[in-house]
Amino acid sequence: MGEAIVITSGKGGVGKTTTTANIGAGLAQAGQKVALIDADIGLRNLDVVMGLENRIVYDLVDVVEGFAKLKTALIKDKRFENLYLLPAAQTRDKTAVSPEQMRDLVGEMKEEFDFVLIDCPAGIEQGFKNAVAGSDKAVVVATPEVSSVRDADRIIGLLEAEEKHHPSLIVNRIRPSMVKKGDMMDINDMIEILAIELLGVVPDDEFIVVSTNRGEPAVLNPQSRAGEAYRNVTRRLMGENVPFLKLEEESQGFIGRLRKMMGIKG
Amino acid sequence: MFDLFARVFGRDDASKEVAKERLRLVLVHDRASLSPQALENLKNDLVKVISQYLDIDDQGFRVDFSRDEDAMALVANIPIRKKVNRNTL
Repeated sequence: MGEAIVITSGKGGVGKTTTTANIGAGLAQAGQKVALIDADIGLRNLDVVMGLENRIVYDLVDVVEGFAKLKTALIKDKRFENLYLLPAAQTRDKTAVSPEQMRDLVGEMKEEFDFVLIDCPAGIEQGFKNAVAGSDKAVVVATPEVSSVRDADRIIGLLEAEEKHHPSLIVNRIRPSMVKKGDMMDINDMIEILAIELLGVVPDDEFIVVSTNRGEPAVLNPQSRAGEAYRNVTRRLMGENVPFLKLEEESQGFIGRLRKMMGIKG
Repeated sequence: MFDLFARVFGRDDASKEVAKERLRLVLVHDRASLSPQALENLKNDLVKVISQYLDIDDQGFRVDFSRDEDAMALVANIPIRKKVNRNTL
């Protein structure tokens, strides 16, 4: 019996889909059997981020309505034979599926896969309720901005209301040089405000744009800093205890290293 | 000029502090599901009720949330204008 994890955020554009794609590819690379569900009905995107957009025949709504079998609708990833995607319908809306139907579908998929990752749409309405319904665990993605943290706080409250307890946080697009200058909230600020457990810290990385252009998750690139961060997240999800990336080091320079050597903080 | 000094000697006005302070305030209201307007109404109602029993200074009347770690409290500061007459109580 596998585990279903919903990736959510409240606010749009903070990196839910990128996070889902990277954790999914990372887990598959580590040998896990993984299925990704794009729950953003009407605005599907996980297929393009994964580079699988040309292979879609059936979608989530087709399966729920009994028009296609789950096995037929699942798209097999071209890079890993243990990674599958169930795409969202593009010409329907969130009301095409109910939370009960999602719970049944995810339950069925958990029998087949080690991990079922659900990419949640932005917002707090039915799309959110659908995406969360069948999940065992929730991951909240937030960037170090006031609007994103505020929405994350709201989502944590709504998850609690749906009886999804103890969500964990991925801080996305952190910029070490801005944190150092005091112009960006750091990890501790965010954890303290949200009172939530930390799952990952992903630095802002231009390579994410390149990887999205190509449809190849950054986690598969050994050089990408964001990819490294996502690899760490996947290892944590598999139960390993992995230390968080030391982000300040790259921007520290000579004086920073000297200070560190002499034990001066700041 | 001041800006230059601030830059050189480390800044107390770092924008992340502003962000944190604004977030704290907005989250207190979000978490209580009470808008600043509703809080104002609550305050006015409190003034009305308490005024029936005490002569209070409604200009100095303050009601706000206070947050300490996970616990939240509604704190009211209600200055009383004159000594209460014992005989009427």
